[in-house]
Amino acid sequence: MRYAETGYILEVDLSKGNIERVETDPRLTELHLGGQGTADRILYDRCCEADPFSPDNLLIFSAGLLIGTPVPGTNRTVVNTFSPQTGLHAHSMFGGYFGPELKHAGYDKIVIRGKAPSLVYLWINNDKVEIRDAAHLKGKGAQETARLIKEELRDPRVQVAAIGLAGENKVFVSSIEHSNSSASRGVGPVMGDKMLKAIAVRGTKDIYVARPEELWNLCLKHSKDIYNNPKVGDWMAVEWDDSFHHNNFAWGNARVRIKDYWSPELQDRWMNYTLSIRDRLQGCYNCPKHCHLVVKPPGKPRYILKCYGKDTWHQAAFKEIDFTFDILATTQEYGLDNYSTPQLIAFTIELYDNGILTDKDLPGFPSDTGERFYYLIEKIVRREGIGDVLADGVYAAARAIGNGAEVYDHNTMKKFEQLPLKLGMINYHYFLMYATGEKMNITQIEGSYPQDAIRDLEKRKEFVDNWLAAPRRFKEYYLRWEPRQEATIDESCNIVDWNEAMHYVDDAIGLCAFVSSFRGQFGGKSAYHIFNIPTYINLATGMDLTPDDLWQISRRNRNLVRAINVRRGMRRVDEAPPADHWKKRNPEKEQETLSAYYRFKGWTQDGIPTKPTLDKLDLGFIAEDFIKMGILTGEETECYRETSVNDPAGE
Amino acid sequence: MGELVKKKVRTIKVDIDKCNGCRTCEMACAAFHASPRYSSLNPYRSRIRMIINEQNDEWVAVRATDYSKAECDGRRTYTIKGREFSECSFCGTICPARDLFKEPDSGLPLKCDMCESDPPLEVPMCVQACQHEALTYEEKEVWVEAEEQVKPAEMELSLKSLIDKYGLEKLANTVARMAQKG
Ligand code: SF4
Ligand code: SF4
Ligand code: SF4
Repeated sequence: MRYAETGYILEVDLSKGNIERVETDPRLTELHLGGQGTADRILYDRCCEADPFSPDNLLIFSAGLLIGTPVPGTNRTVVNTFSPQTGLHAHSMFGGYFGPELKHAGYDKIVIRGKAPSLVYLWINNDKVEIRDAAHLKGKGAQETARLIKEELRDPRVQVAAIGLAGENKVFVSSIEHSNSSASRGVGPVMGDKMLKAIAVRGTKDIYVARPEELWNLCLKHSKDIYNNPKVGDWMAVEWDDSFHHNNFAWGNARVRIKDYWSPELQDRWMNYTLSIRDRLQGCYNCPKHCHLVVKPPGKPRYILKCYGKDTWHQAAFKEIDFTFDILATTQEYGLDNYSTPQLIAFTIELYDNGILTDKDLPGFPSDTGERFYYLIEKIVRREGIGDVLADGVYAAARAIGNGAEVYDHNTMKKFEQLPLKLGMINYHYFLMYATGEKMNITQIEGSYPQDAIRDLEKRKEFVDNWLAAPRRFKEYYLRWEPRQEATIDESCNIVDWNEAMHYVDDAIGLCAFVSSFRGQFGGKSAYHIFNIPTYINLATGMDLTPDDLWQISRRNRNLVRAINVRRGMRRVDEAPPADHWKKRNPEKEQETLSAYYRFKGWTQDGIPTKPTLDKLDLGFIAEDFIKMGILTGEETECYRETSVNDPAGE
Repeated sequence: MGELVKKKVRTIKVDIDKCNGCRTCEMACAAFHASPRYSSLNPYRSRIRMIINEQNDEWVAVRATDYSKAECDGRRTYTIKGREFSECSFCGTICPARDLFKEPDSGLPLKCDMCESDPPLEVPMCVQACQHEALTYEEKEVWVEAEEQVKPAEMELSLKSLIDKYGLEKLANTVARMAQKG
């Protein structure tokens, strides 16, 4: 018997209409855990060079390793494929109830290849799996699709992940929507390209764990602790003071900062409005937090709001919060990403205001920015007129439009829209995270190390004393970190490596970043960390991991993604933060830091993992491929810096 | 009228406004009733189930009460704070109109036993697992008639459903045959 995982994946070939249940190799679980880790192994082995829109490209839905076990906050379904926008590895995940249902149906993953001849949906009911016609769902909203499928299957407990019209039309900023969450960053258009409108799943099988009683008792207690811990979960759902994002993040096309935007009057007004349309706070499967707002704005259907989508729309449109609540009712049904879409639209408005796009491109373009958003959304999701160009995202649209439009594309990275941040002085560990992160968004790499130093040394010491999540060296860095002082290059390398490692752990086991990797940076009290996660994995799976072992698996998974992208052509030149992110830059020091980080990671100066690095990570087969392909000579001697959670800080 | 005696009643109160929809109560109940205890995690073996309709903001925890071979004639609708609820959303009866509260393998009914196993839990497991206090445990003393019917135990409940499915005679014959074989 396999513990925690089911040991099976569901292989679906949409071109042939073929469906198979395939047993997986337990050795792969030992090497990569599960979730994104094992999914990337499949991508590397089977379609590493596939064109994103070819039938050979795989779209993989993975329920993380610990999903379905009592470990609170493990419910993430990770979606991996190759992104048509970046041409690179695509990674996104969503919470809610889908992953647990998939596990109970008896599968750890769904691997989808091929392309259906007409629009279909996949119906997984334990061992019975069918590809069903979805002609009647064409053009339907994502949640409406979920509702219609539940009705059609006469089972309200079916869990559905669906694309809306945007995904059907392969809009690059489209998402896959499920209940209170969604996956984006390139996975939506691939689902649309495969003509797969939705996946519906229902499962009633048992999940087993290795040491049931111990794990249950530990989790029951941990769940209470998480509930009582104000430092975890998504505060945006429950805190009325959101001055941080509004005063510091940039508005419009990532340009304008309004330093004193927030006021007590505004806070009251927004709170009252939110409460007037909010039905409840809601959470994900087996998690005691409640990060989502169930809202019903006047005249709009009820929906569940998640995360930072609560700010992105009105900040991009220079509007107030009611604008966001209203527009989300539309965009979540179309299946549009809340991060990149507002950026894309604000960029378009700037092009118009600066005469690069004209009334010929945008006939009847309204004068109010809010109305402009609705206007452009309709064009984009239908790929109508200029919408067809915009639907490929800011980077591609800027180049297709030309006429100076490229200058307005100042907030993308590896061709992907970033959060609208605009800061003064460059900070080198953030530089590294932006430049080298391959999950394409800063939220997918930062999170363990605090963003700021506490001024008062006594308070800083106290913080460090209670900082369970941090390996020793980070406590020492933090103690010697004076406000406004830069981390050294070596510290920066270690900090980025740690931040990143924790995300790779979460994405393999299905843990939500809001209780783990993303949450240490504010208050240092994340519920999960490198020291306690192994205990949960071990009790659930019967493995025997130490914190250093876990870090090593994470390193392996991280190098696997790097190797995939290297095979797809990514090199050092591509590793740059958004052009306009910091006012003051220092190109020389940036490159020096990047070089040091590559050495730390055991990569060549072009960012390629070397043979010694790959060999030591049990990824020797990749080194052999690279040598055959001429990507490596095999003479490179650099190897990654061996670290332990017990290491002291050093110089 | 029979004689009145004092009896301790254990119950669970549900505050649907506090529920975050985490379904931990389902997992907890199923885990507690697995044998060996906690060995299998499966909300579909739970005796408490979340009735969920997201578009209607309906999140209701319902504990299985009694088994019935016939559907009731209910199906009334109630409007609460502008949201329409069907009567079934609050009903714990294990009836043929739905496959709630049935063992996924055998189809046999699963009834809430208030975790009164041996030794009984002080606070039922679903209540312990519900951090939001949407479920709260309550014990109170009430006066009941002495000859009040004892509620059928779990095995009786299963047998009853089998009788309804196959008929008493067939079931009795099967049991007799199995008894002979040893
Ligand atoms: S912390 Fe919030 S987003 Fe994360 S699993 Fe829990 S409820 Fe969902
Ligand atoms: S009281 Fe016990 S048996 Fe009843 S629903 Fe709760 S956990 Fe299940
Ligand atoms: S455990 Fe409590 S909050 Fe969670 S679904 Fe059950 S009743 Fe609701």
